[in-house]
Amino acid sequence: MIRQEIKKLAVYSVFLAILILPMVGFRTTHFEAGRAFKVLGLFIAILVANFVAKVVRSRRGEDQLQKVSLGDRISLRFAEIPKIYTLGLLVAVAAVFPLLADNYMIDVGITCLIYVTLGLGLNIVVGLCGLLDLGYIAFYAVGAYTYALLNLRFGVSFWAALPAGVLMGMFLGCVIGYPTLKMRGDYLAIVTMGFGEIIRLVLNNWDKLTAGPNGLFGMQKPTLYYPGFHDGGLHLSVYSIKTLPALYYMILIIALLTLVGIRRLNDSRIGRAWVAVREDETAAELSGVPTTWLKLLAYALGAGFAAVAGAFFAAKLSYVNPNFFIFMESCIVLCIVVLGGSGSIPGVIVAGFILIAVPEIFRELQNYRMLAFGAIMAIMMVLKPDGLIPARRRRVQMAERRQLAGESNE
Amino acid sequence: MTSTGFILQQLVNALFLGSIYALIALGYTMVYGIIELINFAHGELFTAGAFIGLIVLSALQSVGWVDSHFILTMVIVFAMAMAYVAVLGVALEHVAYRPLRDASRLAAILSALGMSIFLSNGMMLSQGVSDRAYPSIFGAEGITVMGAKITNGQIFIILLAVALMVALQLFVHRTRLGKAMRATAQNRTMSRMLGINIDQTIRITFIIGPALGAAAGVMVGLYYGAVRFDMGFIFMIKAFAAAILGGIGSIPGAMIGGLIIGGVEVLWAAFLPSAWKDVTTFTLLILVLYFKPSGLWGQGDVEVRV
Amino acid sequence: MNKADVLVLKNVHTYYGNIHALKGIDLAVPKGGIACLIGANGAGKSTTLMTVSGVLRPRQGEVFFEGRPIHGTTPEKVAALGIAQSPEGRQIFPRMSVLENLEMGAFLRRDREGIQKDLEWVYSLFPILQDRRNQLGGTLSGGEQQMLAIGRALMSRPSLLLLDEPSLGLAPKIVETIFETILEINKRGTSIFLVEQNAQMALSIAEIGYVMETGTIVLTDRADALLENEQVKKAYLGE
Ligand SMILES: Nc1ncnc2c1ncn2[C@@H]1O[C@H](COP(=O)(O)OP(=O)(O)OP(=O)(O)O)[C@@H](O)[C@H]1O
Ligand SMILES: [Mg+2]
Repeated sequence: MIRQEIKKLAVYSVFLAILILPMVGFRTTHFEAGRAFKVLGLFIAILVANFVAKVVRSRRGEDQLQKVSLGDRISLRFAEIPKIYTLGLLVAVAAVFPLLADNYMIDVGITCLIYVTLGLGLNIVVGLCGLLDLGYIAFYAVGAYTYALLNLRFGVSFWAALPAGVLMGMFLGCVIGYPTLKMRGDYLAIVTMGFGEIIRLVLNNWDKLTAGPNGLFGMQKPTLYYPGFHDGGLHLSVYSIKTLPALYYMILIIALLTLVGIRRLNDSRIGRAWVAVREDETAAELSGVPTTWLKLLAYALGAGFAAVAGAFFAAKLSYVNPNFFIFMESCIVLCIVVLGGSGSIPGVIVAGFILIAVPEIFRELQNYRMLAFGAIMAIMMVLKPDGLIPARRRRVQMAERRQLAGESNE
Repeated sequence: MTSTGFILQQLVNALFLGSIYALIALGYTMVYGIIELINFAHGELFTAGAFIGLIVLSALQSVGWVDSHFILTMVIVFAMAMAYVAVLGVALEHVAYRPLRDASRLAAILSALGMSIFLSNGMMLSQGVSDRAYPSIFGAEGITVMGAKITNGQIFIILLAVALMVALQLFVHRTRLGKAMRATAQNRTMSRMLGINIDQTIRITFIIGPALGAAAGVMVGLYYGAVRFDMGFIFMIKAFAAAILGGIGSIPGAMIGGLIIGGVEVLWAAFLPSAWKDVTTFTLLILVLYFKPSGLWGQGDVEVRV
Repeated sequence: MNKADVLVLKNVHTYYGNIHALKGIDLAVPKGGIACLIGANGAGKSTTLMTVSGVLRPRQGEVFFEGRPIHGTTPEKVAALGIAQSPEGRQIFPRMSVLENLEMGAFLRRDREGIQKDLEWVYSLFPILQDRRNQLGGTLSGGEQQMLAIGRALMSRPSLLLLDEPSLGLAPKIVETIFETILEINKRGTSIFLVEQNAQMALSIAEIGYVMETGTIVLTDRADALLENEQVKKAYLGE
């Protein structure tokens, strides 16, 4: 049994080498063996570690079927702590972070929070409703461009433009949602991907409106009005959110509101109906769940959250161009959702930080960032197809699926 | 140029581009037919083929073979590119897809996406971020038919593409392994009960599909004179559109779908603002999926066919 | 274990997830003979055949074919050992011609002449298949598909043939033909394990009969004795 597993591992490593060595090693002029083998070694080490863990577990006699993986155990342990404490702790850490960090770290923090917001929004579509979306970044782009255009052309302020952006995003969410209602998963992937590209190409080609590839710049930062006494009377003062810590707190609040909103949705009747649609659409439909409407709602809400994040992004940078919204970005957000464990809110938060912050730490390896990202994405799926912190509803099914897989002679 | 000449010229261009899309689309359709997975990394395999072709061709050109042994050079270039990419395809299947055969659809798709990102960035690192020039071995000479100029390069590439597709048809219909492939795509459990080793069958699919994609990659390089690490993406979307248009899983469908997509694109670029041609293709794809999700010739339900 | 049994199941338990479909099955198929398994819908008959074919793996218990353990063997290896199945639902390859379907049955064989001979034999058993040899499998009628499924299983020259409800949905006349054919196949030395709803017919051609209820074998006897059994008469023969 173990011998068989070792053989499998060896064959797998050989194929991994075929895949990795030329990709990492070849330069235009020569072959960099050292680096290539280092990367390969790293991956094989991960596999061996995984293999050893498996062997140890089976030695300890834990039944394959009843096994609870480390990830499951951690998340179960987390589940025991009352949610309010976990959330409180998280918020507290997030709130004091800017006081301790330098500007660069705060900037990374902002990026993380933007992606967490996006991840939470996409989680509605992918995690809860089970619809694959590879063009999600388009709604982020729509939010960003709506604010940019309204502000630059008409001088509309951030807060006034925000609802417009959200509505625009939700409208487009329905536009893409509608034709895909009866499509199955794989087609959905390609259609949403095409849709994301269409939006990007329109932004890129419609010079007159969007300035094409040059992008738009010079948008104002969001402002806050607060009452105060000066000049001997009560006046509204204006505070412009432009320092990094201020922007950080703003996106933190946006992320928290998103989180709370999604929790609410998740626990509501709508959330349960979404899960019903995800698990068995036909059955849901037969039992009177309005599946069409629910799917559109999922797309629209997901798009709305992305638009908020997009508007913030445009305001923060005061600059947008179509290249911020390439397909790769949709992949990253999707990856956050699935890596975190589809449908799991804590998973999205953890994965968002891991995927965005950790590569920043290895900034010197800039060039290898996306390479590693892709490889990790694939390897993670192979080792943990259900994500880091599987959603609670999912855990039961996983256990069942493992059993079913155990029965067949595949 | 006369207007018939112009139209004929566009038709030739469409036939050329369509053949390329068809070759790539075959890779999607065969893989989808057999394991029901969109191989997102297929576009990168296509690009890898183009780069291998570039490397081998440059080497052969520097020793003067292009002039002295033209046919042999072409055979070597295409064979090397196809062989290398076939190995890559098999490795890809083993590393990223096989372990996920029983996992959720989503996990498999993400794994495919991950491999696509990995391969494309790997090629960026090894081959650079900018366009790489392909040796131009086909001159401007060719034949002129009714005012339309058809270059030797176009003729060569179209003939080769057609030959590859005919060979594929013969393979899946006449050989034991080809039939096993079709059987596996139609009913996996039954195929196993008849003694077909589906691991092997799937592996063969991952040899043929990527090899055809690699051939298309070399053709693109030869024809357009330049390749880039990220060119796979746009070809992938269009080829996939072609595969769906023809009914995914269907080999003849992929060929016809490729021709349609190529035709639409070329005609659009000929008469309308060419910056918008991709928007048109994608819109067309969405419309087709909406009105005829099983492809133009599919009947009712989505079927998987090889 | 009896030396004369080609197939033996010992205390076989098979599950679908948490569903305990086979709860300790014991049965045997005599070498060169016909055994039949009858039982109500959902009793676990098809599950038994799928377990033998290796499509399902028993969680407990053993399956022996010609004395060798085959539980835990993959379906393609089971096929290579000489077990063929005509499964429930026929499972014809819909977009392959009748001839191609039959050729797939002989996938593991390399003897061209032998294959050609068997093809002719199958055509002589089911002449309609010869007329339809270029028609797509998916466009055949139900009865024709049944014949094709049996024919395909025969093309591998199995030493054990598993038949899952070959009479399902067929006109009485065709059912008779099918059973005659089964006898004919058996005469050529192929052992047969037959699963049937049509208990009367099945028991009349079999040597040994097993009666299954919700995952367990409740009766085992000589087939002619089962035909006379009061319980069986009441439950399965409609008397
Ligand atoms: N794939 C499956 N998943 C879950 N349960 C299953 C599956 N296949 C069969 N079962 C269950 O296992 C039990 C036995 O099914 P099986 O198909 O073996 O019955 P059968 O005796 O062949 O019935 P029939 O005469 O209707 O064909 C049934 O209760 C059935 O619901
Ligand atoms: Mg049955």
